[in-house]
Amino acid sequence: MTLVEHLPVLVVILPLMAAPLCVVVDHRRAAWLIALAAAWLSLAGSIALLQQVHANGALDYQLGGWPPPWGIEYRVDLLGAYVLLIVCAIAALVLWFARLSVEREIAANRIVHFYAIFLLAFAGMVGMIATGDAFNLFVFLEISALSSYALISMGRDRRALNAAFQYLVMGTLGATFILIGIGFLYMMTGTLNMLDLAARLPAVSDTRTVRAGFAFLTVGIGLKLALFPLHLWLPNAYAYAPSTVTAFLSATATKVAVYVLLRFLLEVFGADFSLGRMPLDTFLLVLGLLGTLLASLVAIYQTDVKRMLAYSSVAQIGYMVLGIGLASTLGVTAAMLHLFNHALMKGALFLALGAVAYRIGSVTLRDFAGLGQRMPWTMSAIVIGGLSLIGVPPTVGFVSKWYLVQATLEQGLWPIAVLILIGSLLALIYIWKLVETAYFGRPAGDVAVVGEAPWSMQVSIWLLVGANLYFGIDTDLTVGVARDAAGSLLGGTG
Amino acid sequence: MIDVVLLGILVLIAVAAIRLRDLFAVVMLFGIYSLMTAVLFMDLDAVDVAFTEAAVGAGVTTVLMLSALRLTGRMERPSAHSALLPLVVVGVTGAALVYGTLDAPLVGDPTAPAQHHIAPRYLAQGPIEVALPNVVTAVLASYRGYDTLGETVVIFTAGIAVILLLGLHDDARQPATDSPELGRLVLRVVVKTLLPLILLYALYVQFHGDFGAGGGFQAGVIFATGFILYDLVFGDAIARRVMPPRWLPRLAALGVLLYAGVGVLGMLGGGAFLDYSVLSADPHHGQHLGVMLVELGVGLTVFSIVLAIFYALTECRRTA
Repeated sequence: MTLVEHLPVLVVILPLMAAPLCVVVDHRRAAWLIALAAAWLSLAGSIALLQQVHANGALDYQLGGWPPPWGIEYRVDLLGAYVLLIVCAIAALVLWFARLSVEREIAANRIVHFYAIFLLAFAGMVGMIATGDAFNLFVFLEISALSSYALISMGRDRRALNAAFQYLVMGTLGATFILIGIGFLYMMTGTLNMLDLAARLPAVSDTRTVRAGFAFLTVGIGLKLALFPLHLWLPNAYAYAPSTVTAFLSATATKVAVYVLLRFLLEVFGADFSLGRMPLDTFLLVLGLLGTLLASLVAIYQTDVKRMLAYSSVAQIGYMVLGIGLASTLGVTAAMLHLFNHALMKGALFLALGAVAYRIGSVTLRDFAGLGQRMPWTMSAIVIGGLSLIGVPPTVGFVSKWYLVQATLEQGLWPIAVLILIGSLLALIYIWKLVETAYFGRPAGDVAVVGEAPWSMQVSIWLLVGANLYFGIDTDLTVGVARDAAGSLLGGTG
Repeated sequence: MIDVVLLGILVLIAVAAIRLRDLFAVVMLFGIYSLMTAVLFMDLDAVDVAFTEAAVGAGVTTVLMLSALRLTGRMERPSAHSALLPLVVVGVTGAALVYGTLDAPLVGDPTAPAQHHIAPRYLAQGPIEVALPNVVTAVLASYRGYDTLGETVVIFTAGIAVILLLGLHDDARQPATDSPELGRLVLRVVVKTLLPLILLYALYVQFHGDFGAGGGFQAGVIFATGFILYDLVFGDAIARRVMPPRWLPRLAALGVLLYAGVGVLGMLGGGAFLDYSVLSADPHHGQHLGVMLVELGVGLTVFSIVLAIFYALTECRRTA
């Protein structure tokens, strides 16, 4: 087999093997270098994969040499390659950023294990994306979940422990529901391979067992993707986690959950069943809208900027869910676009917050006063990220909102389009609060002279900010891939 | 009939565990719960699963939870939360589970899809393709060997997570200080006699997994149990001298690397990741070799992680 044929598994086992390697080497700087190398190699692999898949269609890989459905199969299609790319890119940039931030925020004797766990979280996520096997997905979900709990608990604030525990309880519930759902499907079909499931489910789809399995899977994944009102774990987890962890998880974890939702709804069950015969489309529409509006409202009243952006994440997930709920090719395209674009926005914003935390040791709104002058580059990055969040052209936020509004208008759902715009206005309010404080607020009391964040941090932040602008103007890659992937998943029925 | 009785006992234990405030009793109930589950698995002819459940659920988990209790205190604090929402969630979940089983095939139904689609090849071809007498091991270690690698990584992740949270230090500051009471003496003699047998049995389970029930997971747990037992009875200084805590994360990592390394060897040999057939000129021999090596990796990781978690919990107790 050639290297290219091995690509689907390589992007996963690189971080998976780099993690124990960090532990064996047991040296702080070496651990960072290993993690960084693994992430960048995975990124290179995912770029090559996307090119391959774009040119030749989906890639299959039979693990252990056993043909599916007897063995486990990796299957990377266009959607998979696209999500792999964004997850690997975020991991690579966050790890580049991480060195100084981690030295500041994590105790020295924990840094090696921190990087190992970080790699495991990364490997778990890419494993979930690449796999074509429902049970294998659960195994990698467990890897990424367990490591995420540990990563969040590493926050300096003692409340990080509580946040991690809360996430652990909710996440375990979600994982158990997913497992029960897979179990029900296995009971009725005798297979775990996703394509095989898709082929065998229609014959038995009119049974209570399959319906229950569907419900368990949807609720389980809903917990993982922080679907309103199952989002309660998210704000605390993101607010108290170390900066790098928040940046990484906010840009990847919920995105992978959205991807898993798309996989199960559109591929395993098929759009006819999940969005047609089951009333899920209406549920997703309503929950998506409620999530967007309520979470944006709550975000306005936050005094901790990390927590503000965490609520904003819940709101943005609402947009993606809304797009899926529209059950049209355009709607799913918008959801996929926003998945990619939101990773770019939140990656940039949370990394910039990490730089702020590195310099002034706090991310409360009050401490942002005067930051516009003291950290001009970092603050400009936050402003551009914020504009993207609101959806101002020429940022990526505008592109995904544009497609989402189009998708609603296509079905004549103009009240929903209006509500989407109201959501943007709410985002404008909380971003404005931040900008106002940073540029027009007067710093309270003694002002320690604070310099700009180190250049190594700026590189990651500005690469992401640049991506926010680049993909806002050149939409060939993102829109093209999202549209093709949505078209093939919906089978032209939309 | 017996499954109905066993399931009834499980429900009773679960309700009792929820209602009790004494966590020591709850941990004991959890142990019994796992043992009953193991019996239930036995009754369903799932010997390997029963073995794992008995070793992990009833055995080592109980010890780990007891160690954690030394840190948290024995009595549960009354919860300030209302039980209404959880009750509703549990009620709805239970109802959905019952609803889901209404159309499901019955246990042991020979026409169930699970019996017809994939299983026949495992049963018919497994002993030939993988050349292992124990079909369960063939499925776990070869057909779905990648899942087992994932599970090993889950264990590894859990262990590293605990070490991150609690820390793992090398210095055994307190040597065993205890009065040689009679009860202690009996315990010591018994443990000293049993220990070699426990370790030997662990090795048997490790290397005999191809033929009968067993494999790396169970073996690792049993091997670690031997160390834990010794540690509990003789004080922690001595066990730590044999197996210093600082080695354990590395050993666990080596186990994962061994497993994944076998996979990479398959790739270098021209096959797919974890294709054992290319490890040797004779594919059957290759399968055998691959399964043995990956089981060794599993055993190594599970042993090190279980022991590391135990050390971390007891360490925390001494410094607290």
